[in-house]
Amino acid sequence: MTDINKDALTGKSTTGHEWDGIQELNTPLPKWWLTVFYACIAFAVLWWVLYPAIPFVHGYTKGLLGYNSHATYEQEAAAAADAQRVWLDKIAAASTEQINSDPELLNFAMGGGKALFNENCAACHAPGGAGRPNFPVLADDDWLWGGSLAAIEQTVRHGIRATDPDTRTNIMPNFGADGILKPEEIADVANYVLSLSGQTTDPAIVERGAKIFADNCVACHAEGGKGNPELGAPNLTDQIWLHGGDMPAIVAQITKPRHGVMPAWQGRLSDTQIKMLAVYVHALGGGQ
Amino acid sequence: MKADVVQQVKPSSLYAEHVKIYPQRIFGRFRVIKWSALGALLAIYYLAPWLRWDRGPGRPDQALLIDMPARRAYFFWIEIWPQEVYYLAGLLILGAIGLFLATSLLGRVWCGFTCPQTVWTDLFMQVERWIEGDRNARLKLDKEPLSFRKLRLKASKHFLWLIIALLTGGAWVMYFNDAPTLARDLVHLRPSLTQVGFIGLFTATTYLLAGWAREQVCIYMCPWPRFQGAMFDEHTLLVTYEGWRGEPRGHAKKGVERLASQGDCIDCGLCVRVCPTGVDIRNGQQLACIGCGLCIDACNSVMAKIERPLELITYDSLSNSAARAAGKPARFKFVRTRTIIYALALILVTAAMLFTLGTRATMAVSAQGDRSPLFVRLGDGEIQNGFTVKISNKNPAAMEYRLTVEGLHDATLKVIGADPQALRVAPDSVGTFRVLLKAPLKDLEHKRNDITIRAVNVATGEESHHEAIFNAPERNGGDDHD
Repeated sequence: MTDINKDALTGKSTTGHEWDGIQELNTPLPKWWLTVFYACIAFAVLWWVLYPAIPFVHGYTKGLLGYNSHATYEQEAAAAADAQRVWLDKIAAASTEQINSDPELLNFAMGGGKALFNENCAACHAPGGAGRPNFPVLADDDWLWGGSLAAIEQTVRHGIRATDPDTRTNIMPNFGADGILKPEEIADVANYVLSLSGQTTDPAIVERGAKIFADNCVACHAEGGKGNPELGAPNLTDQIWLHGGDMPAIVAQITKPRHGVMPAWQGRLSDTQIKMLAVYVHALGGGQ
Repeated sequence: MKADVVQQVKPSSLYAEHVKIYPQRIFGRFRVIKWSALGALLAIYYLAPWLRWDRGPGRPDQALLIDMPARRAYFFWIEIWPQEVYYLAGLLILGAIGLFLATSLLGRVWCGFTCPQTVWTDLFMQVERWIEGDRNARLKLDKEPLSFRKLRLKASKHFLWLIIALLTGGAWVMYFNDAPTLARDLVHLRPSLTQVGFIGLFTATTYLLAGWAREQVCIYMCPWPRFQGAMFDEHTLLVTYEGWRGEPRGHAKKGVERLASQGDCIDCGLCVRVCPTGVDIRNGQQLACIGCGLCIDACNSVMAKIERPLELITYDSLSNSAARAAGKPARFKFVRTRTIIYALALILVTAAMLFTLGTRATMAVSAQGDRSPLFVRLGDGEIQNGFTVKISNKNPAAMEYRLTVEGLHDATLKVIGADPQALRVAPDSVGTFRVLLKAPLKDLEHKRNDITIRAVNVATGEESHHEAIFNAPERNGGDDHD
């Protein structure tokens, strides 16, 4: 008679249960597995004691080691800021011109400027200053308000048509909407504007348009449509069009002009940050 | 009847219970070689990081240094940048082929004499012998119940083992830090967490592998014994038991002349007792034999005592052993197709490495085009692309580089804040420059134009170039598919 709890084939004990004549072998968990399992439990308990672990409604268990990831982060951020300080102090003391002529300072300012640009400016001007419809491209060499370091710094600091008292502003009259020019006159002057950038049109119409331009537009856009960065008047002779460069777009701009607004960053960004931004934007492609 | 058959079936286990090995002390030629190799290798390991090599002011003066934070590796006059890590691959290939050659000539000399596992295990066994005594004393000690004496011996052994392991780990981190500075930091107990971590890791592995795992590393963990047999042939010198001479083995009795029919092996078992991996070499070649030759020393000492010819166990090839058995003269054949091929490969790889090292560039240039905007149309209709150009200067002095572009008609190249004719890069560093490249639209036939940006060292004329893409607007309704 074999033992009821021993399996004849393997000699191992069974669990003692029987289902339809089938008995199950009692195969315990491997010893190494159990050891690791208990070690994990011990580790977890130790962890609870040493480190922050159990959350309550207000607060949590702090752990004996006093570890705190926020504090660690703040320490590391402070250490990083310390490492940057030597450069930031130099930038604070230097003019944008001086920054631009010192390769090491320029390198640092470009890095900082890029980060600031992506955070604050890229929403409208797109990463790399690629521009968006009705928002100027900053990587080209056409500047509404001047592309020198000083002019760029002024624009970043005080904005355009912003609330800042030193902001620069201009308004192009609603030549069509306010009835200053008749639609035929607007079409004529638009044809003249197209001819300035070499887009051939009827010489007779261009001549009529030139006369209207001389009477109405030349004060701001200057002789021959060269523009005037002092007044923020765009150059009409080049290939770059903020609000579109075809006939309907030009007619629309003369009839009821769009006026972009750029916020002033003084007060929102530090002096050092504004300088880094100016140097970065100046280096994007068309700084003068 | 059937039940009986079933009862006899026993499931076989794949698990081999560990049998602890108590190697006996032996003196002789191979023991001397092993001690010499051990001394030389440990001296190199512990002292090499302390060698100094002057590289000029502000640069590390350690001859052998892998500087992880600065991303440089120094080997005397050679300085490796991260992108040149293929030199390490070359060294590993060289090591592998050298191992193949040595193995095909002399068997497992690497395993038996120079492998770190062997060297540290040997050292740990010697410590064990000093404290607990030789084989019989250790066997006896392990069988004893726990006593104060046993506890004292065991504790001092493990303490000494841990000290050696700690020194091993401590020496390892010296290769990755300035050794004198780190030594001072360790003495003042202010090493960094990384250093403590690595010292701890190497202390633990040394202690476990050399103290506890020992021959199990060679038998179960190491891949080399599994395939080193592929480098052997019948001419490879191996630790060999000359069975033709030794068999039939039999015990010797005092004062009784050995019969002519008896072999020289008196089956004393000393060769097995001295073996650090516990093998019986008389069973022939086997995976666990690391070829250390201690059994040769053991057998020779016995043969000398019973006044029989030495070298019953000896370094011999299979073909020689067979020749001797047949009474023919033994011939050592070192020049074989196999060894010629390994030697040629060794020379070839060495030559290739020396060539690349000799013609190593001291500069590199890379250019990455702006992703946004891909290109810009300027006021006069020309197209401009922005690039970030990096020039690596691997020289110990500052250098000036001239930047030019090829592949564009009438292109103008401008560098922000610098003169493209003289871009200055500090010694042993990478200079980053913002480069603006513009070209007339009429000359740009494709959406993507292949260009070459070339940097030339103004002083030496050395040059390096980078293939880049100049992007332009699509023309003529897109005849270009890329």
